[in-house]
Amino acid sequence: MLDTNGHPNRLGLWGWLGGGRWGLERYLYTLHRLTGLGLLAYFLLHIIVTSARAYGEEAWLASMARVTGPLFVVGEYLVFVAFAFHGLNGLRLVLVELGWAIGKPIEPVYPYRTSVDVQRPLALGVMVLAGLVIIAGGADFFLLH
Amino acid sequence: MRDRTLWTWHVFAGLVILVILGLHMAVMHLDAILGIFNPAGGHPVDWANVVARAQQTFFAVTYVVLLGAALFHGLYGLRTIIFELGIGSGLKTTVSGVLVLGGLAMFAFGAWAAWASHTLARTQ
Repeated sequence: MLDTNGHPNRLGLWGWLGGGRWGLERYLYTLHRLTGLGLLAYFLLHIIVTSARAYGEEAWLASMARVTGPLFVVGEYLVFVAFAFHGLNGLRLVLVELGWAIGKPIEPVYPYRTSVDVQRPLALGVMVLAGLVIIAGGADFFLLH
Repeated sequence: MRDRTLWTWHVFAGLVILVILGLHMAVMHLDAILGIFNPAGGHPVDWANVVARAQQTFFAVTYVVLLGAALFHGLYGLRTIIFELGIGSGLKTTVSGVLVLGGLAMFAFGAWAAWASHTLARTQ
């Protein structure tokens, strides 16, 4: 058993990073948190940067000039990737939260079926969808402009 | 407010964000594929496109809704993460207060910017 330092179910940072026996969904949980923090940091800066449009064209152009260049293009693409993952994984979490994606309760007859049998295909399907959005975004960012 | 209520709003805000931010991302970053809401052509951040969108009340309203939903969703998520680190109750109150005040300040500023740009765009 993991040492919880007297705080059951409170593993701190290790609780984020370790997948343990929970598998794929646990790593999606970790990625969900990391992308959420990244999106929040970007969003707070985005509010400030894009507020320049309220002051007119000159201020807008000056503001945009500060965030151009290859580094910012790659950074923006990473934000797009984080959005695609966080949004679609979040939709999966809502479906699970509302009980729409965990299957109906059945009698525990061997071979046992669990809610993972329903949740895992959903998780994989959502990741494939996120992958398609990320590829479409990549094409738009790097090939079509 | 009870955590269960805040959590329900967190989930609801997430769905709102998925729709509006999905549209925003499609307009701003899938423009070469979809080509929507960029009437002047070129890049979505070109001033002519920014003005064309800002002129529409639909965009001004959805920007403000997105701003509020995203600030609440993001800051409540951050609060949850910080609380899970096992901090004391006094620090929890401080963290909540800072996030609420910071969130309200950012909302006021962002909402002003969205509405001011809407007003400015309608004069052009």
